Amino acid sequence: MLDREQVLHVARLARLELTEDEVDRMSEELSAVLGHIEKIGELDLDGVPPTTHVVEVSNALRPDEVEPSLAREVALANAPAVADGGFLVPSPQADAGPNVTSSEGQSLR
Amino acid sequence: MTAGRNASSDLTLLTAAAAVAAIERGELSPAELFEAYRGAAAADELNAYLWVAEDAHDPPPPGLALAGVPLAVKDLFCTEGVPSQAGSKILEGYRPPYTASVVARLSAAGAPLLGKTNQDEFAMGSSNENSAFGPVLNPWDRTRVPGGSSGGSAAAVAAGSAPWALGTDTGGSIRQPAALCGIVGLKPTYGTVSRYGMIAFASSLDQAGPLTRDVTDAALLLQHMVGHDARDATSIGFPGEIELPRGDSLKGIRLGVPEELSGDGVGIEAGVLDAFNATLKLAESLGASVETCHLPHAPHALSAYYVLAPAEASSNLARYDGVRYGKRIENDGLVGMYTKTRSQGFGREVKRRIMLGTYSLSSGYYDAYYGRAQRVRTKIADDFRVAFDQFDFVVTPTAPSVAFELGAKTADPLSMYLNDYCTVPMSLAGIPAISIPNGLSAGLPTGFQLCGPAFSENRVLGAAFALEQAIGFEASGGRT
Repeated sequence: MLDREQVLHVARLARLELTEDEVDRMSEELSAVLGHIEKIGELDLDGVPPTTHVVEVSNALRPDEVEPSLAREVALANAPAVADGGFLVPSPQADAGPNVTSSEGQSLR
Repeated sequence: MTAGRNASSDLTLLTAAAAVAAIERGELSPAELFEAYRGAAAADELNAYLWVAEDAHDPPPPGLALAGVPLAVKDLFCTEGVPSQAGSKILEGYRPPYTASVVARLSAAGAPLLGKTNQDEFAMGSSNENSAFGPVLNPWDRTRVPGGSSGGSAAAVAAGSAPWALGTDTGGSIRQPAALCGIVGLKPTYGTVSRYGMIAFASSLDQAGPLTRDVTDAALLLQHMVGHDARDATSIGFPGEIELPRGDSLKGIRLGVPEELSGDGVGIEAGVLDAFNATLKLAESLGASVETCHLPHAPHALSAYYVLAPAEASSNLARYDGVRYGKRIENDGLVGMYTKTRSQGFGREVKRRIMLGTYSLSSGYYDAYYGRAQRVRTKIADDFRVAFDQFDFVVTPTAPSVAFELGAKTADPLSMYLNDYCTVPMSLAGIPAISIPNGLSAGLPTGFQLCGPAFSENRVLGAAFALEQAIGFEASGGRT
C-alpha cells in the first residue's frame, strides 16, 4: 500500500535518509502495519467526537511572572556546538539539491 | 539457594516495605542496604542497567517515609548530571541539567537513585530488543526477553538487583514486562503522576508507574509519586491519598471478563488462559462474582494506538536534530545535518514509528488515520464507562504469551505489536491497571491484569492485594 515513492516522500518530511534496503523494508513493513490499522475504516464513527486527551484539563495557566530558569551556560552545556552564548548550527544557505530547499526546511521546523 | 548467600544478598531478599520497616526499627542501616544493592546492580549480568551509582549515598536524614531504600529508574527519566539517553544513541552523552519531578519527589521521600535501567529506545518496543545498548535478558530464562519497554526495570526487580523500580507505560510498557518477569507493575490514571522530565514518546498516553515485588510495595511507591505538578500542563494529581492495601476478601466485588480480550480466538496462549481461569476461580472463592462483559471496540484498540502513538512520537522526536543536545553528524547545510544526525542516531523501530506517524499525519491521510483513531479512542473509553456501570473491575490476561525467545519476533513488527493487545485499551482510556503474577506456564510467569475507573487506584490495589495473598506466587524463580 505504501510504495517506494511514498516511502521516500514521508522520509523526506521526517528528515530521514533511508538506504536502498531500508526503503524496501520500510515499504513492506509499513504496508503490513497499515493493513492492520485500516480495519478501523470499517467502523461507523459518524457523530463520534475525537478524543485528544482522556482527562478533563482546561488550560493550565500561570501568572505571567518572570521566574528563575536555567543559567545560559547550563542550558548550552549539552549542545554539540556553541558560539557567542548560543547554539551553533550550519548555515541553511549551504543546503542544496533538488529535493531539499532552505525555504522548505524553514516551513517544516 | 540460601547456603552460600552472603549477608548482603540476604538484605536484597527483603521487599521494599519490609526494608523500610527494618530501617525504622533500627535493625538495618540505609547505607548498608544501599551498598548491598549497589553491589548487586554492579554485578548484574542481564544488561538491566545502563548506569549504576558509584558511591554509597549520604544516608538520608532519618524519619523519611521511604527510609533510604534505593530506587532503580528507567533511563528515560531525566536525572541531573547522570546519563539519560532513553535507550538511544541519538542522546549520546546527554546529562540533563535537571531531574524529572517524580524522581525528585521520590528522592525527597527517601528513595535515592540506585541506577538507570535499560529500555527499548524511546520506550518503543515490547521486548527490550530495541535498545541501542543491547537487549535485557529475562532472569527466569536468559534466552528469553523480559518484555518492554521497561524491560531493564522489570528484570532488575525480578532478579533482586533493585528493591523496586520506576517505569513508564504508554501502551503496556510497565504491565507487560512485569507479567513476563513475574513481578507487579501498575500504570496509574493518566495525569496522576507528573510527566515533567520524562523523555516523551506519546504525550497523551505516557504515564510513570511502579514495578515492584508485591502489591504493597507498588502502593508504597505510588503513594510518593502522585501529585499535581505545575510544570506538567496535563497534571491533575490524585484526589486523596494512596493507601497501603489490606484485607483478604473480595466479597461483593463484581469482576467483568471481556470476551474481546480473553475469549477463544483472541490469540492468547493456552497456558496463560489456564492461569487466568484459575485466578478467576480463586477470586470467586474470595467472594467475587465473575461474569462475561463486553468492550465491543477493544479489538480496534491496537489499530487506533498504532496511529495515535506514532503520530505523537513523530512530533515529539522532531526535537532530536543535533542542535541542543546529543549526537550531531556534520554534513553540508542545516537540513543536511538534521537528516544525517537523525538517520544515524535513531534505531530501526524508532525510524519505523516516525515514518508511520509522519505518514498518518501527512496531508491527505490525516482524516482517514489520525482523525478516525481519535474517534475510536472515544468509543473505547465509552466501552469502559459502560462496563464500570455494571462491574467494579475489568480483568484480562496481561500479555498473550509468556516470555518469548530473544529474536523470535524482531523480523515481524506486527507480531511484536500484538503483545500489547490486552494492555492498550486501558492506555487509550487513561484508566489505572495493574498486572500481578498469577502463576507459571512451562516454568515462566504469567500476568493477571485488573483495571478500574479513573482514580480508582486504592480499590485496584486493594483487590490486587487480596488476589495476591490467595495466589501465593513464589517469586524466587527469578532471583537466581
